[in-house]
Amino acid sequence: MTEPQDPGDILRAPLIIEYPFKRTTGPVIGAFLTGLREQVLVGSKALDGRVIVPPAEFDPVTGDDLTELVEVGPEGTVSTWAWVTAPHAKHPLDEPFAWALIVPDGADTPMLGAVKAPGMDAVAAGTKVRPVWAEEREGRIEDIAHWEVVA
Amino acid sequence: MTEISLPESLRDVEPVRSVRTPAQLDYEFTAGDATTRFLRGITQKKIIGQQANEHSRVYVPPRGADPELGAATPLEVEVAQVGTVVSFCVVNLQFYGSVMEIPYTSALILLDGADLAIMHLIQEIPAHEVRIGMRVEAVWRDDEDIEPTLESIKWFRPNGEPDDPDVRIPGEKRGTGLGSWPGGVAPTELVVRNPRTGEGGTAEFGGEG
Repeated sequence: MTEPQDPGDILRAPLIIEYPFKRTTGPVIGAFLTGLREQVLVGSKALDGRVIVPPAEFDPVTGDDLTELVEVGPEGTVSTWAWVTAPHAKHPLDEPFAWALIVPDGADTPMLGAVKAPGMDAVAAGTKVRPVWAEEREGRIEDIAHWEVVA
Repeated sequence: MTEISLPESLRDVEPVRSVRTPAQLDYEFTAGDATTRFLRGITQKKIIGQQANEHSRVYVPPRGADPELGAATPLEVEVAQVGTVVSFCVVNLQFYGSVMEIPYTSALILLDGADLAIMHLIQEIPAHEVRIGMRVEAVWRDDEDIEPTLESIKWFRPNGEPDDPDVRIPGEKRGTGLGSWPGGVAPTELVVRNPRTGEGGTAEFGGEG
């Protein structure tokens, strides 16, 4: 029979599982990401005239291909938000911030962004914000480092 | 392909065609009692399995229970460092995270005295010469590099013994790839049956030994 083992002797070790996905973007999302790299926000124009950001490849109502991409923003308006009091390691900011749905100027749909603000009271539905671009951009969503409140 | 019309500002720049979106999951792995005992054995260059009783299967690496008997495995058994290749796979593609030079061979190795095969590398032989039934031995790291990980065994290599012609091939009618049956007798309907529900135990599975 084995002797009982002290629980403190049980081995432990970090175990990190990583999936190194690489995705092809297609021409529409590719254009959106290209725009981020060039500090430009891009949406797609739906058949009913609404501008969807990030751009959709298909019309949400009819399913038709959407091929007209237009520039929007870069400033936008907070439509709804949630305050994060204790950011975790993978959040874009290491201080309290707001996750917000932001409607870029000229767009009709909101996109998600992290808003840096001095406190919860500085953010409200209707607050104007603008993107703060990352210094090194390569065509990915993190090219927007975060959003800031327009003074 | 459908023609996309771009805003003026993006017409003359190199378009993004792909994006990396790695997913990373951070765990703290707790080995548990049985695996800890196994890994402490490894630090002494011993390969230690467990069994429920003196006649039941020896599980290497042990998980603390015999899934066939539904019983704990309190007996520790050191098994041999030589065994038989029961299945293998030649890896011809380089993949993310792998440091192996291709082609290389990954194999299920049934160690002498064990009833469960371990997965490990086969080296010191060309990949295309690896075969089921081949006898192999463990090659350890240098003593100062031994750690509580199965990687302390660098790989297995042919040990020069003749092939085992009776190796059980996974998927064959009479076997499950687990190796020699306890006592050299194939499990009866009684043994194979699920002890909790009473289900299972077909004649085909338990068939001619």
